Amino acid sequence: MKIAVTEVEYVAHLARLALDEEEKVGFTRQLNDILTHMDRLSRLDTEGVPPTYHAIDMKNVFRADQTRTWLSRAEALANAPDQENGCVKVPRVVEE
Amino acid sequence: MANGYRIVIGLEVHVELRTNTKIFCSCANRFGAEPNTQVCPICMGMPGTLPVLNKKALEYAIKAGLALNCNIASFSKFDRKNYFYPDLPKGYQVSQFDLPIAHGGWINITGEDGQPKRIGITRLHLEEDAGKLLHEGTDAFSSLVDYNRAGVPLIEIVSEPDLRSPEEARQYLTELRNILRYTGVSDVKMEEGSLRCDCNISLNPVTTDQYGTLVEVKNLNSFRAVQRALEYEVERQAALLDSGCQVKRETRSWDDSAGVTRSMRSKEKAHDYRYFPEPDLVPVAVDQAWVETIRQDLPELPEAKRKRFMQDLGLPPYDAEVLTASQELAAFFEECLAVYDDAKTVSNWVMGELLGYLNQEGLDITASPVAPKQLGELLQLIADGTISGKIAKQVFVQVCQTGKDPQTIVAEQGLRQISDSSQLEGIIAEVLAAHPQVAEDFRSGKEKALGFLVGQVMKATRGQANPQLVNELLRKKLQ
Amino acid sequence: MGLYDMPINNLNKLIASGAVQATEVVEDVFDRIEQVEGKVRAYLTLNKEAALQQARRIDEQVAHGEEIDPLAGVPVALKDNICTKGLRTTCASRFLESFQPPYDATVVERLRARGAVILGKTNMDEFAMGSSCENSAFFPTHNPWDLQRVPGGSSGGSAAAVAAGEAVYALGSDTGGSVRQPAALCGVVGMKPTYGFVSRFGVVAFASSLDQIGPVTRNVQDCALVMNAICGRDPLDSTSADIAPPDFTSFLTGNVKGLRLGVPKEYFAAGTDPAVADAVRAAVDKLCELGAVAEECSLPHTEYGLSAYYIIATAEASSNLARYDGVCYGRRDEVRADLLEMYLHTRKNGFGPEVKRRIMLGTYALGSGYYEAYYLKAQKVRTLIRRDFEQAFQKYDVLVAPTSPTTAFKIGERTEDLLAMYMTDVCTLPVNLAGLPGISIPCGFKDGLPIGLQLIGRQFDDGRLLQAAYAFEQNTDFHQRRPQLDGTGR
Repeated sequence: MKIAVTEVEYVAHLARLALDEEEKVGFTRQLNDILTHMDRLSRLDTEGVPPTYHAIDMKNVFRADQTRTWLSRAEALANAPDQENGCVKVPRVVEE
Repeated sequence: MANGYRIVIGLEVHVELRTNTKIFCSCANRFGAEPNTQVCPICMGMPGTLPVLNKKALEYAIKAGLALNCNIASFSKFDRKNYFYPDLPKGYQVSQFDLPIAHGGWINITGEDGQPKRIGITRLHLEEDAGKLLHEGTDAFSSLVDYNRAGVPLIEIVSEPDLRSPEEARQYLTELRNILRYTGVSDVKMEEGSLRCDCNISLNPVTTDQYGTLVEVKNLNSFRAVQRALEYEVERQAALLDSGCQVKRETRSWDDSAGVTRSMRSKEKAHDYRYFPEPDLVPVAVDQAWVETIRQDLPELPEAKRKRFMQDLGLPPYDAEVLTASQELAAFFEECLAVYDDAKTVSNWVMGELLGYLNQEGLDITASPVAPKQLGELLQLIADGTISGKIAKQVFVQVCQTGKDPQTIVAEQGLRQISDSSQLEGIIAEVLAAHPQVAEDFRSGKEKALGFLVGQVMKATRGQANPQLVNELLRKKLQ
Repeated sequence: MGLYDMPINNLNKLIASGAVQATEVVEDVFDRIEQVEGKVRAYLTLNKEAALQQARRIDEQVAHGEEIDPLAGVPVALKDNICTKGLRTTCASRFLESFQPPYDATVVERLRARGAVILGKTNMDEFAMGSSCENSAFFPTHNPWDLQRVPGGSSGGSAAAVAAGEAVYALGSDTGGSVRQPAALCGVVGMKPTYGFVSRFGVVAFASSLDQIGPVTRNVQDCALVMNAICGRDPLDSTSADIAPPDFTSFLTGNVKGLRLGVPKEYFAAGTDPAVADAVRAAVDKLCELGAVAEECSLPHTEYGLSAYYIIATAEASSNLARYDGVCYGRRDEVRADLLEMYLHTRKNGFGPEVKRRIMLGTYALGSGYYEAYYLKAQKVRTLIRRDFEQAFQKYDVLVAPTSPTTAFKIGERTEDLLAMYMTDVCTLPVNLAGLPGISIPCGFKDGLPIGLQLIGRQFDDGRLLQAAYAFEQNTDFHQRRPQLDGTGR
C-alpha cells in the first residue's frame, strides 16, 4: 500500500474536500494504483539532473508601476455568493 | 526578571512597499480606500488571471536588502504557499521559499553594555499581502472581506535569533523602521499595518547553550506591544521553567488590553504549505550592475549619519540619535548648520526649541513653520550680539507664528540688544541708586547680589541690554 | 457545400466581397447547430443574439467599403475554459455553473479585434481534466463520426463542433493533448502551439506550465490563419514569449523537399492500434514521396512521460483549483455558518470525481515528505524528456507519430479504468512537458473512425509543422471527408 485511508483523509483535509466513506475507499484504491504506476520514476537515476519548472527558458518579465482602473466594485463583487457593505461576506472566521 | 535564563528572540517583520500599484497587477496600492474599490480580476484571484511582477516592487526589495547589508541574490524565484483562508483569494500566497531576493544581512543596535551590537538578518523576501477580514458591521456569524490590500507588495525580513532582551527587540525594530523609512521604500506605519511584526522567543538556562522551546507571538500592533508582549512571555516562560514545567511549542496572540498572551487554538495539525515554484512567474536574475544602480540610489543611512554627526561634528551620542531619528529632521539640522556652523548650538535649538514647539503643536518636522535657514539666521543674531539668547527664544516663537524672518521681527519690534555702554550707564546709575543696600552687599563680598542688580537693569531695558556688558559695567561701578 | 462547412478563407472572401452577409453565415451555422446539436451536444452555451450583432457590425463595415480582417465575420466556438466577458464560462463544472467573467481572455480580445463572431462555448472535461469529454459535469459530447463514441478530450466539444459543421473553427486548450487528441478522434486539425506563443491570460488554468491554447480547424490553412490571430506576446502573461510570430500562412508552400523527419519508435509501443500505426507509417511514406527524408529514432524516456506528467499536472492543478473555495465567486454550500464546513462542502459538491481525484493526487505529491519523491522527481524526469527531444531535433526537423494510440472509443468504455484513460494521452503529453509545438491532422480511417497524425517540432518552429501538415493535406483527401449526421446516426 502506497497510501492508507488515514493519509487520504489527511490529504482531503488539506485540499478542503469532504469525502464520504465510499469516496475514501475508492480514492485510496485509485491513488494506490496510480502511485504504484508512478513508482517507475524511482527507477530512473536523476542524480545531478536539474528540474524543469518552466516549459521555456525565460527570466525577468516585469510590468511598469502604473495604475489601471479595471473593475467597479459592483463588477468585482458581481459573482460573489454573498456580500454586504461592499465586502464579500463569509461565515465568521474565528481567530485560529 | 528571568534570572538564570538566557532570552533568545528573533523577529519576523512584514513591511508593505510604497509602490504606486500592487505587486502583480495594476490596482492602486493606497491605504484607506473604500472596501473593494482597488481590486481587479487578478488580485481577486478570478479564474484565468495571471500575475506579472511589478519592477518597482522588486527594486524596492533590493533597495531594502542593500540598506540592511544583505547579499542580493543573482537568481531568485517565486513560490506558492498553499493554504485556505478567505482573505487569500487564490488559495495560495505568492511568496519566495528557497531563493529569497536577499539574505545574510545585519543591522547594529546598542547592546545592554552600551556597545554596538550586530543583529543578523537571515533573509528578506518579496511576497503579496492578503486582504483584510472585518468582523464588525455584520452579524455575529459572518465576517466581511475587503481585498484592497490583497496583492500589495510586502517584504518579510527575518532576523537571526540574536536578540537577548525585549529592550533589544524594541531597539532592533526601531532601527529597522528607521532604516527602511530612510530608503523610502515604505511608510513603515505600524498603526496602518504597513509594518507588522511577529516574534519568536525562547528561554534556556544559562548553564546550557541549547535553545529552549520556541513560542511565536502574533497580533502585535505597536512597538510598545512588542516589548510588553515579550516581557510578558519572559515572565511566563521563566515561571513555567522555574516550576519544572515545560514550555509548549505554540503560537500565542497578544491581548493588548489585558496585557497577556493567549494560546491560539490551532485546528490545523502541522502546517503543510506545499510550497512549489510558481509556474505563472518566471525567475528573476539581478546582475551586479543593476544592484549597483540601486545602491547608488540609497541615501546616507541612520547609522552612518549618526557616526558622522558624532565624529565630524562632535555631537554627543544622544544628540546624534535624536537628530537622525528621521531623515527630514537630520536634513533640517544640516540645512540649519549650513547657515550657522556651531553644531552643538544648532543641535540644542533643534532638539529643544524646535522639537518642543512641534511637539506642542502636534506637527511633524516636514510641517515645521520655521525654515532651517530662519533658525540658522536666528542663531547668527545671537552670535553677533544683535539679540540675547533670551530674546531669541521670543523671536523663535514669533517666527513660528508669523513666518517672518528673525531679522524682520527684531527690526520691527526694536529688539536689538543694547550694547552701547553710554546708553546703559545712566540706567545702571538709576538701579544702583534705587538699591543701595544690595550694592553694599556686593561690595562686602556677596557675589550673588550682582545677579539681582543685573536683573534689574535687564528689566529696565525690557531685556534688551547685553547682559555681559551690564555685568562688566556693574562690576566696574561697584569696585 | 453549405456556408457552415466552408474554409475560413473562402467564407471571409465571400463576406468581404458582399456576396454573402456575415449574418447569413451566422444563421446558416445556427441552422446547422439546430439540425445536429441534439445528437452531438458540443455546446454548453450558445450566443446567437450576440453573434448576430457581431456579424452585423462586419456587414456594416463591408457596406461602408471598409477592408475587413481575414477572420472577420467567421464564426468561432470557444472552449468553455476561455473567459468571455459577460458570457458564462463554466469549465464544464458545477462550481462555475453561473460564473460570468468580468473580462475577456487575451485570445478572445484578439479574436474580437479581428471581427470574429463568437457562437458560444463548447463542452469539455471538467476543468480540462480528461480525455473523452465524459467528465463534463453537464453531459457528454458525442463523436460526430459515431455518436456512441467519445469525441476525445478535453476539448471534445470544440473538436466535435468543428467536425460536425457547428462552427467554422474553434479554440481549445491543450495541457497534455487536449486539442490534438480530440482533433484526431474527430478527424479535424488541432494544434498546440509552442508554450508561450499564445497568451494564457483568461484561460482557466489546469496546469500552468503545460497549458496552451490552440486552434481546432477543418484544414491546415485555417489553422495557420487562426495562429496568425492568436500568437504573440501578451504583457498580461509573464510566460508569454517575447518572440514575434511569423506569418504562418507563409509556410503553406506545399514543399517538403529535404525536410528531415524522425519517427520515434516509442510512440508505436504496445497498446497502439495496428491500424493507427499503419496509417501513420503510410503518412510518413507519403511525406517521403513528396521529398522529405525519414528515419526511425528514439526518445528513450517516453515511457516515463505519463507518470511525470500526471504528477506535475495534478500538483499544479491542486494549487490552481484552490481558488474555488466559495468565497469570491462561484458556488457556495453553507453548512452551519462554519467556514471550514463551507469549504469542505462547497468543494465536495462543486467538483466531479476526476477533478477531486487529481486534486488529491496533486496535493499528495506536493505534501511534506513526498515533494522530493514525486514532484521534484517528476520535474527532473521532465528535463530528461526535454533533452530527448533536444537531441532528436539536432538530427530532425519534425517528429512524426500517432496523435492517439487508438481511434475514438465507446462512451463509458474507459471510465472505470483510469490508467487506460490516462494512456490515451501517452503520445501527446511529452510534447507539453517539453513545451514544444504539435499538430494533429487527419491521416486515415479505421472502420469509419478518423486517425490522427501528429507532427512535433522545435520550440517556436510552429511554422515548420504547418508546412509539413499542409503538404500532406494537399496530397491526401482525409480532411475532405465529413461525418454523416443527417440520418439517424449510428
